Amino acid sequence: MSAGTEFDAPTRPVAPARTSARDSSASWRLTDRIGLALAWTLGVGFLLVTGGIVLYLMIQGVRFVKPELFVTSPSAGFSESETGGFLDPLIGTFAMVVIGMSIAFPLGLGIAVWLSEYGNPSWAARITESVIEMLAGTPSIVFALFGMLLFQSPILGFFSQSMDGVVYGRSFLVAGIMLSFIALPLIVANVREGLQAIPGHVREASYAVGKTKIATTRRVLLPAARPSVMTGAMLGVGRIIGDTAVIILLLGATLKMVPANHTPILGALQGTGSTLTSFVYQNAPTGEANQPEKAFAAAFVLLSLVLILNVAVNITVRRGRKMAWGS
Amino acid sequence: MAHPSVDPLAADRGSNGDRRAERLLGALVAITVALVLAMIVFVLREGWPSFAHNGWSWFGGGGNVDRQTEAIFTSANFNRSWVYEFHAWPIIWGTLLVAGLAVAVSFVAALFVAVFVVEFAPDWMRFILEPVIRLLASIPSVIMGLLGVLLVVPFINDVLIDDEARRSVKYIVSLNGYSLLSGVFVLSLMVAPLMVAVFVDGLRSVPRNWLEGSLGLGINRWRTFWKIGVRTARPALVAGTVLATARALGEVVMLAMVCGGVGFAPNPKDGLIFFLEPTKPIAAAILQSAEELTSPPMRDTIFAMASILLLSSLALSLAGWAAKQPMKKYGVRA
Repeated sequence: MSAGTEFDAPTRPVAPARTSARDSSASWRLTDRIGLALAWTLGVGFLLVTGGIVLYLMIQGVRFVKPELFVTSPSAGFSESETGGFLDPLIGTFAMVVIGMSIAFPLGLGIAVWLSEYGNPSWAARITESVIEMLAGTPSIVFALFGMLLFQSPILGFFSQSMDGVVYGRSFLVAGIMLSFIALPLIVANVREGLQAIPGHVREASYAVGKTKIATTRRVLLPAARPSVMTGAMLGVGRIIGDTAVIILLLGATLKMVPANHTPILGALQGTGSTLTSFVYQNAPTGEANQPEKAFAAAFVLLSLVLILNVAVNITVRRGRKMAWGS
Repeated sequence: MAHPSVDPLAADRGSNGDRRAERLLGALVAITVALVLAMIVFVLREGWPSFAHNGWSWFGGGGNVDRQTEAIFTSANFNRSWVYEFHAWPIIWGTLLVAGLAVAVSFVAALFVAVFVVEFAPDWMRFILEPVIRLLASIPSVIMGLLGVLLVVPFINDVLIDDEARRSVKYIVSLNGYSLLSGVFVLSLMVAPLMVAVFVDGLRSVPRNWLEGSLGLGINRWRTFWKIGVRTARPALVAGTVLATARALGEVVMLAMVCGGVGFAPNPKDGLIFFLEPTKPIAAAILQSAEELTSPPMRDTIFAMASILLLSSLALSLAGWAAKQPMKKYGVRA
């Protein structure tokens, strides 16, 4: 990812006779020209397809998004006007991000710091590394099933509601906890990369003035790696708001928020609900509610969130590159 | 700290805190690792009864998967003895087809796009393409599923399937646009950007003077990049493909939406209609049976399917690790 355009610069002076690829390609062999043409076609095609997808969603979204959708709860009904808005899913998405990140962020930060700064004994570090990598490759549906297995055991009954001794195992808390596993590998990978990019002499300088290792990490290394930390966190948030499988299995199939009991916040967290993704899923023509206009409107909101996160990541990465350490 | 330390610094207070911090971090790591290992053990253990009852024929064909799952599900009612008979070949075949075809299609596309981005695109295009690729990679799968259902599926149903095709397989399966083709198409769109990102990283790390040497010999830019750049970046190609395959195998929601959800094994003997036949990959099958988890034998069967997914993703991450080893030579961590 690093040093892209900077690295290309030296090529140009090497072949000064060729001003551009196209000028000279007339003399190339046919296979080479076909290859070049394919690269151009696919490159431009890729751009067009992606642009098309985003534009289509934006246009459909703007057509169907109405301000009142943001403040009304979903309700059962047969037409687009009866079925309400997506206030509950919005709150649900927000709750997922808060719960998921409040677990994944400190945990990911800790694991990354341990891997990069301590990593002792080294066999344990190697195992951890492969476990994190495995976590990144595990299908989210497996997390969902494991979460159900875990939280249906009576010991963990606190996290969801139980009736007659049978633990339901589905709630905001359960879904958030399992979603943190999905965000974790991204956070670990990015923070670790940021920490490893800091040259050793920075650490040595800090030790030389008498700082301990943990103080160095907290006061010197983590602030220096802030762009990577933020990138990891934002990518994690993106993963959490985009996930659907875990939500459908672990948040219950209710579009509205259904609190488990009357305790103000805890009751809601122990109860079931929906997020924007499960709202889109239910409202797609294949889902149970089947209100495509609502689905488009919610997809538009979801996509806007993802877009904003993406832009933020881009800005952070660029800013981080600017203050990168000279080697 | 009971035992005396040789390290002179260990005596002061800061070091004590330091050691405590290391222990705390180590404990966090240990808990996470233990939890993940527990996940593997528990999922496999829950799925074991289904494997044990069927033996190797679990992976074989025979009978209708949908009817088998229904029999398994209802066998928990009325105190009847539990049924476990399950032959998963149609959904395994569906998974292999959808994931394999999507990865194959997007591999070719991603390779050319990556070469284009790294070497041939004008600067302004590269400036747009890179964030666009990252954006496409981060579009939630449910949105891609929605697009598939509202755009791709109707297109296939109206344009690609004619009455004759519908009639020819009428007694076996109904064609309505929810198909292998729609799954493969949308899935390719989802995994291609991942591949492009890894390929681009790999291609960029090719030592510049190798390419310059080739250019200096008068070999044209395309041939230089194709023969030297792409070949040198082979480990990145493997790593990207592994990553994309893992994503394709684990894709749930989009495939559940566009593939039709019929436990049918598309038959290559049907000619081109093969692509228009519905299917049900394992991950989608799990999601669609999620409501049936209440029935104990069904639960075991679902966990057996999940074990297959989990084991294949384990194998893939092992393959990915192996593929990455030669990359370390160039200091690239793809």
